[in-house]
Amino acid sequence: MSAIGHHVPESMLAAYAAGSLPNAFAVVVASHVSLCGQCRVALEAHQNVGGLLLEDAKTVSVSSRLKADILSQLDAPYRPEPVYDRSGIYPGPVMETLKGRKPRWKNLGRGVRQDILSEGKKGSVRLLYIPPGQAVPDHGHNGLELTLVLQGSFSDETGRFGVGDLEVADEELDHTPVADDGDACICLAATDAPLRFHAFMPRLLQPLFRI
Amino acid sequence: MVQTDTEYSQQTQWMIAVRDRRDRNAFAALFDHFAPRLKGFVMRSGASDHQAEEIVQDVMLAVWRKAASFDPHRAQVSAWIYQIARNRHIDIVRKENRPMPEELREDPGTEADASQIMGLEQETRHLKSALDKLRPEQREIIEKAYLGELTHQEISTQTGLPLGTIKSRIRLGLERLRHELKDLKS
Ligand SMILES: [Zn+2]
Repeated sequence: MSAIGHHVPESMLAAYAAGSLPNAFAVVVASHVSLCGQCRVALEAHQNVGGLLLEDAKTVSVSSRLKADILSQLDAPYRPEPVYDRSGIYPGPVMETLKGRKPRWKNLGRGVRQDILSEGKKGSVRLLYIPPGQAVPDHGHNGLELTLVLQGSFSDETGRFGVGDLEVADEELDHTPVADDGDACICLAATDAPLRFHAFMPRLLQPLFRI
Repeated sequence: MVQTDTEYSQQTQWMIAVRDRRDRNAFAALFDHFAPRLKGFVMRSGASDHQAEEIVQDVMLAVWRKAASFDPHRAQVSAWIYQIARNRHIDIVRKENRPMPEELREDPGTEADASQIMGLEQETRHLKSALDKLRPEQREIIEKAYLGELTHQEISTQTGLPLGTIKSRIRLGLERLRHELKDLKS
């Protein structure tokens, strides 16, 4: 397996650390960081900046009973949040979004499949399965589109993307990613734009439907 | 080899005592230090007094319950708490769950590397003095970004933000950031 060459942009790591990234993108960033030591330490550096600002924050006194309240709860039973481990090619944050289940693939034609993990007004995130030689479905159209490779690889005008690589594409990038030979390409893909009816049709089919 | 942690910062010592010995006095000391800061921090980003105390309570309980995942080689106590606080804030104010990266699992019995821990603390002190020397308007932008008040788009178009410099190793990254901040002062 070759080294990861396409990383999370610095501004996006900062936005993730601050919690201001839309949820669909946060899933992709957390997944990339799970696979990439370089972005993990960069994220930790951003968290250190955040920590320093917390240290310097203007203090506001807390109500007098808060401390006693908290101390009295230290031994109280509580339900730990579930931790989702990596499963096969799927990093923990993907398993968390899947709530531990296996992907439920739906055919889009020509062997291309998808599983929409979440969608809402602020964006959507999905898994895509693309057989070798097939085009990666367009999931952005407008707005920003993140694609993280989990298995296999794809190539487009900007380069080749293998396991762990993240492609960041905005509406200005006119590209046609195609899955490379070998294993089918499985990607985690997110967009912050509202979904459109044909938005997840494979690009190669789109001319037929005059989109 | 017996590892002493007496040269670590006071907060790191408290946090290690909570993590390794479930020390309540150390936890109370962490509360006294962080609770008023957390409250101020959270209220600045728009939480009401009531919400802020709810978040402070959740964060401090998480500090106790998740102490095992505190790793002073990788994060300062304040950075670790910052990240918990941002999660709780998103959870309570936005009703969303921020997905988190997988946690790194160390082999059991791995010994603490005091030089790395102190190296990180030292770099963080340098970073702090650089932040302290920023012009007020630059400082303001940084605070807004890390309080979650800027969108990703706004962060990426803010030329005053010294983000591009954070490099592949955390100490080098902090070192570079410090230099960049210095350059910004002119
Ligand atoms: Zn990376």
